[in-house]
Amino acid sequence: MTGLVLDDVAITLDGRPLVGPLSIEIAPGEVVTVMGPSGSGKSTLLAYVGGFLPKAFAARGRVAVDGTEIGALPPEKRAVGILFQDDLLFPHLSVGGNLAFGLRGSVREAARRRALVEEALAQANLAGFADRDPATLSGGQRARVALMRTLLAEPRALLLDEPFGKLDATLRHDVRAFVFARARDRGLPTLLVTHDAEDARAAGGRVIEVGVDPGQDAPRS
Amino acid sequence: MSGRKSYESGADGPHPEPARAGMSLPAREGRRRAATNTTFRADPLRAAPALTLALFLLPIGAGLLGTLAPAFGIFPALGETQLSLDPWRDLVAQPGFATSLRLTLTSGFLSTALALLFACGFAALASTRAGTARLERALAPLLATPHVAVAIGLAFLIASSGFLARVVSPWLTGWERPPALAIVRDPWGLSYVAGLAIKETAYLVLMVLAAQGQVRAAQALAAARALGYPPLVAWAKVVLPAIYRQVRLPVYAVLAFSLSNVEVAVVLAPGTPPPLSVLAIRWFSSWDLSLYPTAAAAATLQLLVVVAGIGAWRLAEIAGKRLHRAWCARGARHGLAGPILGIGGAGAVLSGVLVLGAIAVMALWSVAEGWRYPDALPPTLSLRNWARAAPTLVDLVGTTALVAACATAIALALALACLENEARRDLKPGAGALWLLYVPLLVPQIAFLFGAQVALVRLDLDATLLAVVWAHLLFVLPYVFLSLADPFRALDPRYARIAAGLGAGPWRTFLAVKLPMLARPIATAFAVGFSVSVALYLPTLFAGAGRIMTLTTEAVTLSSGADRRVVGVTAFAQAALPLLVYAAALAVPGLLAARRRVAA
Repeated sequence: MTGLVLDDVAITLDGRPLVGPLSIEIAPGEVVTVMGPSGSGKSTLLAYVGGFLPKAFAARGRVAVDGTEIGALPPEKRAVGILFQDDLLFPHLSVGGNLAFGLRGSVREAARRRALVEEALAQANLAGFADRDPATLSGGQRARVALMRTLLAEPRALLLDEPFGKLDATLRHDVRAFVFARARDRGLPTLLVTHDAEDARAAGGRVIEVGVDPGQDAPRS
Repeated sequence: MSGRKSYESGADGPHPEPARAGMSLPAREGRRRAATNTTFRADPLRAAPALTLALFLLPIGAGLLGTLAPAFGIFPALGETQLSLDPWRDLVAQPGFATSLRLTLTSGFLSTALALLFACGFAALASTRAGTARLERALAPLLATPHVAVAIGLAFLIASSGFLARVVSPWLTGWERPPALAIVRDPWGLSYVAGLAIKETAYLVLMVLAAQGQVRAAQALAAARALGYPPLVAWAKVVLPAIYRQVRLPVYAVLAFSLSNVEVAVVLAPGTPPPLSVLAIRWFSSWDLSLYPTAAAAATLQLLVVVAGIGAWRLAEIAGKRLHRAWCARGARHGLAGPILGIGGAGAVLSGVLVLGAIAVMALWSVAEGWRYPDALPPTLSLRNWARAAPTLVDLVGTTALVAACATAIALALALACLENEARRDLKPGAGALWLLYVPLLVPQIAFLFGAQVALVRLDLDATLLAVVWAHLLFVLPYVFLSLADPFRALDPRYARIAAGLGAGPWRTFLAVKLPMLARPIATAFAVGFSVSVALYLPTLFAGAGRIMTLTTEAVTLSSGADRRVVGVTAFAQAALPLLVYAAALAVPGLLAARRRVAA
């Protein structure tokens, strides 16, 4: 099937169950939100899908993108893009350099690469910013560059690890709308983890709660 | 309400807690590992730690054996294959042996204690004022100046015919010619102690300030001061114990060096009899081969002295800790701690001034002409001394820089390979790894260089550049690794994850993301390694079999009696070379970054 599929995924830390077992199917263009308090292992779940689970964790289950199982692939072969709370633009590269880093290598011709980078910048309302140092950009601009960098790599799924947590309230609204719109345009199955109920509401998709003691009431959201 | 929830999870920062906590837990065997770990591919980096350890522990181990064997009578070259204690009897029977040993012990302990006191005093004073970051940068020239240059410059300053005597003569002292006062090479070894202490203070200040940054000294100090303790007493009571734990290994390294060095002793220590290490070198380089086993016994004793010295220091630490606890429990708000630390801080500042003065007076001698006693300054300055020395100097600088650049480049490659391997395999280094790194700094150089040279002769490698570079690598690698490890490990791991998410494999991530982001620490590590290499004396002497000369070996040779102008040129060049590399290391990464941004 198409989209991102997590099948019976369970993660343990030193023998102690942390996440799951959990089965999620995310269709292309759909955003599924995983919510939970700090320490609930929701970021660990993203690390598992992205392929960077630290050694102390053990995981079972299957994860597939567009029908291809990716659990055994190294992170760079998974075609899964990820955005963190910080934009993590490479400080030693210009804005254009950051985007070109993400752009797939099969586009070889320099002029063509440059054109694709310019096009991405234009989509992010940042035309003409290619030669700027990322340090000179505002928080919202940096967040948009980070997303465009991820999209230029043409991922088949998108992971969002509280990507709006550090933006102020008005900016958060804009960036959130920008990210979800782009993900939907490209038909990317998107897995968002957050502790912010507002994020979940804006995503508009299904919400899965983790790290909640089943004996107690689920936290209202 | 959702308000409470989001408030709470504000702590759920970029590094989720379970991931953090989980990093330090050992992965259990037998449980199904996540297939997501990148441990499944063959990767040449896997061999990096073993290769690195082999490159520097094998020569040390082989060298120690090669020294121990002749010390106990086994020396096939002389036809001796029977275990015997004769070399030790010879050693003890040597005239002045007891005085040598006593001099080694007193100067080693005294200079280390002074350097530690100075460093603590300086850090205590610095913690009460802002701007220690700038101070750390000012330390670079003091750290980069080789021991030999400091020793020679100090001799130029304080000798009875030196600069300070000239400044006050004859109007104050009445000296029209240098008095017969042994200020340098005094029989008590005080100038030797001073030479060691002023040089090691800079290193310990760097270590103490770094530790102070890690232990949240400011909060502890503020808390103690709020309880009514004056700043320096507060520092001694609450900060000192925390930072001492962190600087213990560097202090041991300073103690080991002070107990066993040759190059500072040759310049500043008394010669009849000299410290043990100098005795060993004299016998070893003697044409009389029958002295070789005695020299090996002296080198072995040197090892025992260092091991016992570190043991004694450890016992003193334990006793000091008890006293410190009792002192804290008494709750006294005032005491001797304040004045003692104040004196220490003054000693640190004086040390810095003396090192800078030493460099300046060498520079002055290198351009001096007709500088007669007791003129305070030379009547004419010219570059004639430099012109005369130029042909030799070019060769010396060339060899010195080549060896330093090669050893440092190899050390950087090995250190980066080990650190990248650690990052890729999600390994956590244990405390044991740190001790292993310190082995070349704790084992006295003499004790294994003796034996290592025998091995080099067997392999037909002695007096080759390869041997010298390898010998330098042993000492350069620990400093390069220690200087690079913290910035490398502090690099946000999410940059690598982002790069992988963009389709970049581990090598592209390493070359195109990590290395450029670490340009500054890498350049600094290069400068550190380079200056360590330039300063090395015994490793050059032994691996080069006395035939490969560097600025350092030449400066030591010249220091015993050559014209001060000639010594000044060589010693100043020795001090200037690492300084230039330091300056370049500070400047180049910024320039590269600027160019990259324009080009991108």
